[in-house]
Amino acid sequence: MRHASAAARAVAVAGLLFGSAMPACTDSTPEAAPADPTYGLGHAPAPAALAAIDIDVDPTGRGLPVGSGSVTSGAVVYAAQCASCHGARGEGIAPSPALVGRTPDVGYDFSKGERAPRTIGNYWPYATTVFDYVRRAMPLSSPGSLTASETYGVVAWLLHQNGIIDSTAVMDATSLPAVTMPARRIFVPDDRTGGPAFR
Amino acid sequence: MDAPPTPSDASPPRETHTRDSRTGDSLSRRSLLRTGGLLAGAALTPSLLGAVAQDTVPTAAPLPDPTRTPGAPSDSLGTRSPFENPRLTPVGVTGGSSWTPHHLLHGTITPADLHFQRHHNGIPAIDPARHTVTIHGLVERPLEFTLEELKRFPSVTRTCFIECSGNGGRAWNNPKPEMSPQVVDGLTSNSEWTGVAVSTLLRAVGAKPNGTWVLAEGGDAAVMTRSVPTSKMLDDALLVYAQNGEALRPANGYPVRLLLPGWEGNMCVKWLRRLEVMDQPAMTREETSKYTDPLPGGRARQFSFVMDVKSLITSPSYPGTLPGRGWHAIRGLAWSGRGPITRVDVSTDGGRTWHAATLPNGAPPLAHTRFEYLWQWDGTPARLLSRAVDQTGAVQPTADEFRRVRGDAPGYHYTAVRAWDVAADGTVTFGGG
Repeated sequence: MRHASAAARAVAVAGLLFGSAMPACTDSTPEAAPADPTYGLGHAPAPAALAAIDIDVDPTGRGLPVGSGSVTSGAVVYAAQCASCHGARGEGIAPSPALVGRTPDVGYDFSKGERAPRTIGNYWPYATTVFDYVRRAMPLSSPGSLTASETYGVVAWLLHQNGIIDSTAVMDATSLPAVTMPARRIFVPDDRTGGPAFR
Repeated sequence: MDAPPTPSDASPPRETHTRDSRTGDSLSRRSLLRTGGLLAGAALTPSLLGAVAQDTVPTAAPLPDPTRTPGAPSDSLGTRSPFENPRLTPVGVTGGSSWTPHHLLHGTITPADLHFQRHHNGIPAIDPARHTVTIHGLVERPLEFTLEELKRFPSVTRTCFIECSGNGGRAWNNPKPEMSPQVVDGLTSNSEWTGVAVSTLLRAVGAKPNGTWVLAEGGDAAVMTRSVPTSKMLDDALLVYAQNGEALRPANGYPVRLLLPGWEGNMCVKWLRRLEVMDQPAMTREETSKYTDPLPGGRARQFSFVMDVKSLITSPSYPGTLPGRGWHAIRGLAWSGRGPITRVDVSTDGGRTWHAATLPNGAPPLAHTRFEYLWQWDGTPARLLSRAVDQTGAVQPTADEFRRVRGDAPGYHYTAVRAWDVAADGTVTFGGG
C-alpha cells in the first residue's frame, strides 16, 4: 500500500474495522518504468536465424553474398525463370513491367501524361537494388528460390540488356556496387514542407 | 501507379434504387439478390427467403411486422443486415489493391473488413505463435520478440488514417463519370490502432546515435522493405497488433505491422518481421524505382513520405441519386499527414463560391475528419467541390494548379480538388479532378 492517500487509508481502516471484504486500495501512482529498458522481454536472435532473414543489400554493397554470375550465365537463368512474365528481351508483358530500355532517355519527364515505361535502364538509381529485389521477391511464383550466383547472373544480364555493362562482365559483391546507374542523377529530396505554397 | 490493371476501372452500373420511407435506406434489387446468400445462412423464415427469391421488381417485398413476430436468436458473430452490403472492390488480386466503399460508410472509422488492401504478392498466412519481430543492426543488443512479448510492453492506442500514396491516381489519369468515391479515393482508410511505440523498442535494443535510418521488412511473399528515418520512428511510429479493438485482419498485416501516422501507406510495412537500424537508407526497390514522384523537368522526388492535405465528398456521389430538390447534406472526409484539418470549404457552383463546412466530430490529427454542409438543392444542375486546409496552412490545390506543379501524371500523391456533377434528374456522376 505504497503512496496511499489519507482518504484511501481511511477507507482501508474502515474496511478493517467493519470486517468487510474491501478491495485492495487503489494506488494511483504510475509504476516507474523499469531500469531495464527491455522490460525483461525479448531474447538475442540465434545467429543462423538472423542471417536467414538479414538479406537486405545497400548501395555500398553491404549485405551482398558470396557468389558471382556472368551475362551469359544470367541469360540462361532469365530465360528459365523470368522471361515468361517479363518477355524474352525484358520488354514486359502486362501486368509484368518492362525491365529493359533506355527509351525514353534518362532524364525524361515521366510526369507527362504518356505512360512511358520506367525501366532498370532509365529509372533505377542503384544496381544493388536490382540484386536486393530479385533475391527477395522474384520470381513471383517462388520468391527467394534463386541462388546467389543465379541472382548475380540475372542482374548481370539485365544490366547488359540495358546497355549499362558489357557482355563479358561478371557481377559479384565487388563489381556490382561499382556499377553506375544512368538514373542515379535524377532523384532529388522531398522539398514539400506544408504551408500555403503547393509544391 | 504501382498497381497492375484491375478487372474494372469503373464502378458497377448504376443500380435501380428505391427508398424505404421509414428508414431512408436505399435498397436495390441487385443488392437484395446479392444478399440472398447471407439470408440463406441466417436464421430466417422460409417465407422471407421466398420473398427474396421472388423479388422480381425493384421494390423489396415487405417484411413481416417485427413487433408481431419473435426475432432471430443471438449469434456468435455479428453480421450486417441483409439490407447492407458494403464490399471492397476489386477482388481476387494477388498483386494489387482493393478499395474502401466510402460512399456506403458514415462517421470516420473504417470497419476493419472494409479497410483498403494493398499487397504486392498476396496476403500471407502467418501463425502468430511462430511469428517474431527481430530488431538489430546499429544497436547495443539485438533482440527478437514474440508477439506475446510485444503485447507486454506499454501500449499506445490512437486513431489515424493510412493512405496508399497512389490513391486517386486512377481517377486522375482516366476519369470516368461512372466512378464512385470507392474508385476515386478508396485507398485510404481510418482505424483505431493499438500497439507498442517503436521508440520503446528502440530503447530496449539500445539504438546507436549513428543509426539514422531503420529498415522495416515484412514477412510476406514480397518481403516488402522500406527505409524509415529514425526520427519518425522515435516521434510517433507504432508496431500495431490491433485494429478497431481486435487483432489485425490478415490483409492488414496480421499479426503485426508498422504504423507511421500521416505517412504513405507503403511504408507502414505489414506482416513485420524485422527492423534493422542503419546509417543510411537501404535504397530498396519501393523507395527508388516505385514510390518516387517524377516532376516536370525530368527530376523525380524521393522520400516523399508525408501525405498532403486532401478531401473527398462521399455523398452525394456516384452511384447515388438525389431523390428531389430540398435540403441535402453534402458529406465527406478530409485528412492531412501534417496535422489536423482546420477548415473544409464546399462549393455547389463549380468553385465560383465557397461555403465553410462543419466538422461535426472535431478534427483529430492525422485522422479522417468528417465534414458536412447542408445544401438546399433547387433542382438545377450543380457541380459540387470540396477543398480542405490543414494546420500548416496547406490548401488542397485545384486540378490546374496540381497539374502545373506536379505534372500530368506524377504517379503518386494525387490531391487535387475533385468534382461531382448533379444533373437535373438528380443523378450524380464523377466530374474529375
